[in-house]
Amino acid sequence: MGSAVSVIILVAVLLFAVVRPRGLPEAVAAVPAAGLVVALGLVPARAAVRELGALGPTVGFLAAVLVLAHLADEAGVFRYAGAIARRYSRGSPRRLLGGVFVIAAAVTAVLSLDATVVLLTPVVLMTAGAMGVRAKPHVYACGHLANTASLLLPVSNLTNLLAFAASGLSFARFAGLMAPAWLAVVGVEYAIFRWFFADDLAAPPRPVPDPVPGPAPRGTLAVLAATLVGFGLAEPAGVHPAWVAAAGALVLSVPRLARQPGEAVRLLRAANVPFCAFVFALGTVVLAVRSGGLGTLVDRLVPQHAGLLGLLGTAALAALLANLLNNLPATLMLVPLARSPALVLAVLLGVNIGPNLTYVGSLATLLWRQILHARDHRPSTWEFLRLGAATVPACLLAGVALLWLGLRLFGVS
Amino acid sequence: MKVVAWLTEGTWQACVDAAGAVPAAELTLVHVIEQENIEAVRGPRAGLLGRAGPPGGTSVEELLVRAEEALLHAARGRLDRHADAPGPRAYRSVRELRLRGRAEREVVAACADADLLVLARDGDHTRLGPRSIGHATRFVLDHAPCRVLLVWPDEGALPPRS
Repeated sequence: MGSAVSVIILVAVLLFAVVRPRGLPEAVAAVPAAGLVVALGLVPARAAVRELGALGPTVGFLAAVLVLAHLADEAGVFRYAGAIARRYSRGSPRRLLGGVFVIAAAVTAVLSLDATVVLLTPVVLMTAGAMGVRAKPHVYACGHLANTASLLLPVSNLTNLLAFAASGLSFARFAGLMAPAWLAVVGVEYAIFRWFFADDLAAPPRPVPDPVPGPAPRGTLAVLAATLVGFGLAEPAGVHPAWVAAAGALVLSVPRLARQPGEAVRLLRAANVPFCAFVFALGTVVLAVRSGGLGTLVDRLVPQHAGLLGLLGTAALAALLANLLNNLPATLMLVPLARSPALVLAVLLGVNIGPNLTYVGSLATLLWRQILHARDHRPSTWEFLRLGAATVPACLLAGVALLWLGLRLFGVS
Repeated sequence: MKVVAWLTEGTWQACVDAAGAVPAAELTLVHVIEQENIEAVRGPRAGLLGRAGPPGGTSVEELLVRAEEALLHAARGRLDRHADAPGPRAYRSVRELRLRGRAEREVVAACADADLLVLARDGDHTRLGPRSIGHATRFVLDHAPCRVLLVWPDEGALPPRS
């Protein structure tokens, strides 16, 4: 009885997050739901407080990275990247795709998938338009790489941040174990994209005279590079990487705030406090679901051993859950059930690669968008789904295989 | 003679050259913005569960419309350059048609009362591959109700030797 109620509450929270009536933030439904779950006794209050405490540093990390990405955008890092890609491609769609892949993979890994989806994609669209090439492959590439290229670092995705603490790995170890899988997955995506979009990429190169790219935002790029190095060095020094991210954001924001104190409001909005509240509330609701029947069922399905098949099974289960619910609740549910660091990494493979199947990240969002568009031109989702069906299984296989190899090499289980 | 020229990015130049050379043509330049491109930008934002915030700056549609205007403007410019060449101008009049929806179906519908459709292949002469025609172009080729003039996008170069 209790487990059914907690599942219903979770579904209601997710539906509200997908539909967002009147543009209200998701926290509007999630926070009362969390309160309800505690009031009904589905989650003991002490456990809820402990969950909040565990999520605290993660949410702080996320807010710092969101501010960092916003500041990078304001400094013109993405515009510069677009200009570089245009210069490199010299009018050829195929070379542009290669450039977009490199840039999107780097941006996703360092500044998180949010930066790629929200900040880089419009730049790529503009660059393709300015070059006079078909935008479709490049824009789809940004969408796909936002998910698959977020495997590399704990900062790259909120799901990674949530799993990072549970994995017990250091920042550098995490990156080292994920790096071969990341390279393999990005490579597989590139190969599939070259085949799938062969028609759109086949146009003959037409070099259009490029405007000279503006001066490189060297200061900002230097701070970003230093922050990245700081992530790796922080842990042996006993400092949580969230502080490094906050320091980077501070260094970039102080000159701007000195010039325009009103900027502080925009920075606060970039940190997206309502979303942080949503993550806290969602964590509590998922805790209730985990303690109930659904949690026991999933626990039984999760493989115990981190052999190749165990990793594959975990990744597949994670991908399935991510498509049904959305990758955030799937991560919150699966990570505590994964018994070893290797299985935690396999869960991340699944929740990060899986959402490419339904390009909007979950079936619920997909169905809702179809309903929204029922009146005007309904976009044909077949193309997205066919592309997802081509890339997701191949990426999962390649990623799991290289993760397994990496684990054996490093001797982690 | 009613001539429809379907312009797509990367291959429209040859299309315009061929269409402008048809004598006494009433020319219609057609360009389609597909909803898929808009959705490809908006969709992943929806999957972020609200982290994206409200879309700021220029919207996707605006960016695509701007690119469309630039393309049509360049196409007109190319036609005018042909008209300025010595000798009588071939075509009689030009108009532009901006369509939205699925490209292949919109183009077939636009050819309903046309006499000739001018179409560019998607591939070029550099490879002797099996396909120089993508699936949208193929659909139009299979279903166009009128005569079709198919041009190579890098017109002027010879086809590859077999």
